Amino acid sequence: MTSEKVVDFNDVVIVYDNFPAIAGATFYVNAGEIILLQGPNGAGKTTLLRACAGLLPISRGAANVLGCDLRSDRSAVRSRVGLLGHANGLFQDLTVLENMLFWSRLVGANKLDIEQAMDAMGLSGRLSGITVAKLSAGQRRRCALASLIVRRAQLWLLDEPHAGLDAQGRDELDATLRAARDAGATVIFASHEIERAQALATRSLLVTTGTVKTI
Amino acid sequence: MKKITNRSRVVSAVFIKDLRIEARSRVVTNQVLPFAGLIMIMFAFALDNDDVLQRVAGGLIWLATIFSLFVIVQRSFAIETDDSALDSLRVAGIDLSAVFLGKAFALTLQLIALDVVLIASAFLLYQVQVSAVGIVLLVTCVTCATTGLGFVGTLYGGLTAGANGRETLLPLLLLPVVAPVLIAATRATEAAFGSGGAATSEGWAWVGLLTIFAAVFGIGGSLAFGPLIDE
Repeated sequence: MTSEKVVDFNDVVIVYDNFPAIAGATFYVNAGEIILLQGPNGAGKTTLLRACAGLLPISRGAANVLGCDLRSDRSAVRSRVGLLGHANGLFQDLTVLENMLFWSRLVGANKLDIEQAMDAMGLSGRLSGITVAKLSAGQRRRCALASLIVRRAQLWLLDEPHAGLDAQGRDELDATLRAARDAGATVIFASHEIERAQALATRSLLVTTGTVKTI
Repeated sequence: MKKITNRSRVVSAVFIKDLRIEARSRVVTNQVLPFAGLIMIMFAFALDNDDVLQRVAGGLIWLATIFSLFVIVQRSFAIETDDSALDSLRVAGIDLSAVFLGKAFALTLQLIALDVVLIASAFLLYQVQVSAVGIVLLVTCVTCATTGLGFVGTLYGGLTAGANGRETLLPLLLLPVVAPVLIAATRATEAAFGSGGAATSEGWAWVGLLTIFAAVFGIGGSLAFGPLIDE
């Protein structure tokens, strides 16, 4: 594992709707880590994930993600990170393969990239021809994660990735995230399922009232 | 050059995706076409006079097109918002002006298909006639008008996509904006049909207006769509 910093926040303040959602966050994430963000509802976990994705303006402090300075150009980082919230961002009327083809056309990925992503997520074979609307919640989640691989996202930002999945789906997701880490991705995820999430994470960060502490 | 290549790749990906979803769900063919056809038939019964129907055929075609536009635009953005797919495109840093163009072209193609059926039904139900020169005018008019409607529909569809009550908000916002298309396309179509003694040559000025409308909303839409969605 390298010690290259993928995320480096220093005293970052994010004001959201005139409210300081993040009030002086300082933390870093190294390449290849799986980081768990834990904390109560409203603590700022989602805000932090969206800030890392370049979706929120940084009001104060220094924020660097994948070598991009978020204060000077937030949009530059977007093509290199993958953010998954509660929704999967898939087209329900398209098959798994068609969803992958769509993303591959957008980013200029080739057929091999699609095959590798679908293999990694266990979506090859019969599942590839099924429309997303007919998949289980776990399969949809895997499909969404496969799209992150096709997009060559280097930093995966996942907000409650276990939500809505059954036990088998959760196990599959954990295996998927470990495989993604082994393939070179860095993962930051927020979860309320502390035991499971801690077993998955290489390190945990506690987010409370807009500040971040390593635990 | 690379930026142009990337943009055309996104335009074609979105265009193909929208048409593929339509081919699978068949909303336009199974719901919008019968709806538009019913409008034409209901007017035929309501007016019940061949002379009047021939005179107003152009207007009825474009009224049916605009009513159908609302349904197609709602559907076009429902597929983007059902599972926050549009949000994913935004988050992934995809060129949203290219997404706008891809969706607008797909919408235009669906409107052209709809208008072909509507014009055919006008021939059948209202006994309108068209000369060879009129056909050229009619084809140009349909192309320009549907392109303009495609651009403006996509822009306003994107604007209302995340709003509460978008089903009623879209027609409310869109109807006044498409009024110039309704008027110009109706006049041009009447000229093509020769309704009320109108000469075919009279229609070309209205086609010019339709072209300007399409150009303004094509350029304006591709500039405004990204910031609108981003906000």
